[in-house]
Amino acid sequence: MDAKKAPVEDWTTDFDHTHPDYAANAHQIWDDLREECPIAHSDRFGGMWMPTRHEDIAAIAANKDGLYTSRGVVVSEVRPDIPAPIGYAPPITSDPPFHAPARKLLLGPFAPRKVQALEPFTREYCHSLVDAALETSNEQGWFDAAIGYSQNIPVKVIAQMLGLPAEDGPVFRRFIHNIIENPVQREIPEEETVEWYFDQQIAKRKANPKPPGEGDLIDHLLNVEVFGEALAPEHVRGTVVLLLVAGIDTTWSSIGSAIWHLALHPNDLARFRDDPEVRPFAVEEFLRAYAPVTMARMVAEDHELQGCPMKKDDWLLLPFPAGNRDPEAFEDADKFVIDRQKNRHGAFGLGIHRCLGSNLARMELSVALDVFVDRIRDFSLVDPANVRFSTGQIRGPRELPVSVKTNV
Amino acid sequence: MKINYNRELCQGHNRCYMLAPEIFDVDDEGYAVLKIEGEIPAELHDKAQLCVDNCPEYAIEIAE
Repeated sequence: MDAKKAPVEDWTTDFDHTHPDYAANAHQIWDDLREECPIAHSDRFGGMWMPTRHEDIAAIAANKDGLYTSRGVVVSEVRPDIPAPIGYAPPITSDPPFHAPARKLLLGPFAPRKVQALEPFTREYCHSLVDAALETSNEQGWFDAAIGYSQNIPVKVIAQMLGLPAEDGPVFRRFIHNIIENPVQREIPEEETVEWYFDQQIAKRKANPKPPGEGDLIDHLLNVEVFGEALAPEHVRGTVVLLLVAGIDTTWSSIGSAIWHLALHPNDLARFRDDPEVRPFAVEEFLRAYAPVTMARMVAEDHELQGCPMKKDDWLLLPFPAGNRDPEAFEDADKFVIDRQKNRHGAFGLGIHRCLGSNLARMELSVALDVFVDRIRDFSLVDPANVRFSTGQIRGPRELPVSVKTNV
Repeated sequence: MKINYNRELCQGHNRCYMLAPEIFDVDDEGYAVLKIEGEIPAELHDKAQLCVDNCPEYAIEIAE
């Protein structure tokens, strides 16, 4: 952590999603807010709001009256200065009318059949990670399922799609830390910025252009058009940064939370391990109960929402994980029901900004859990009371020491 | 039993396609495509209900 955060006295009027107390007690805080003050406010980060009811979150995400903009999606002290409708990282930071064509460019590469083709690669990689984890476990009696397993999977897969060296994983994680996990103003040497890194990658591809349909996702973006024109260099770079950053911490968190849950709930672990038919339902229930992503919007024009005075440029957090635990929207919302049949969770967001990589993330989560549980058949946490969940808009366990009881 | 599917509401979550590929396909951009416009065979009624109950955008309904 870069600086000690001021203590939160009252979560209804002074909430702070970057405070360690929030990370440690998020479920309880959301449940309390939903009861007492369904749209909380805070002066921190220059003013922000946080609804916790599923209905309100869904309505804001749907944005029928255009009262909100996606110009900023990660809360920070400074308001992003790149104007709508394009924004810094299209299409996540784009509004209509630019959003739909910018998104359309990417829907194909992330559609289910394209993603399915990456499954064998992902599975093989997960096996190699388990091999290494078991070796570590044999040596020291435990291994870290967050750092030694979950964290590596999305890095490897997105690096493959973007044509980037997987060895640059630590560099990517630094970018992510700076952009989403701890978004404070800091001075960074130019050559360590994400912009610099991708300018080099893009220049390399421009010097050796590929015909349409060939090459990696960056080549693809250099070959396509929006409104009849090639993408602006800032658009290509912004989108590539988005694809890298959006898929790593999120998926890592999701895999980690699922392993954390299974380690703590032997009955669920046994059911998951022994009943292949329950697995697709279990994966969606992990996504519902432990959704990692809280997205942000900004208020586009002054208005009142349920008595709350929303001012232009106020931040607005959309905690989809809180909506997923709303008893008005889900039966037994606070319980993990491994074979939940009715599950309209919003883990991947709702509305036009539905996570572009959701099929990829779901594939990675499914494969990661398949391989982990099929190989490491019984496991527990080394220190269940001391698992630290991340602060900020992405929630997941950052260290997860696991001891192996049986494996194959 | 028939299914009403509203393409305008679909955001490509692909939950229906995963639960019931007999009933829904996906297009090249990941949006759902209803494969059975008419009567849903009795053996697929449970799966049709699952599609309804798991669509985050409320884009699928049962029309009796």
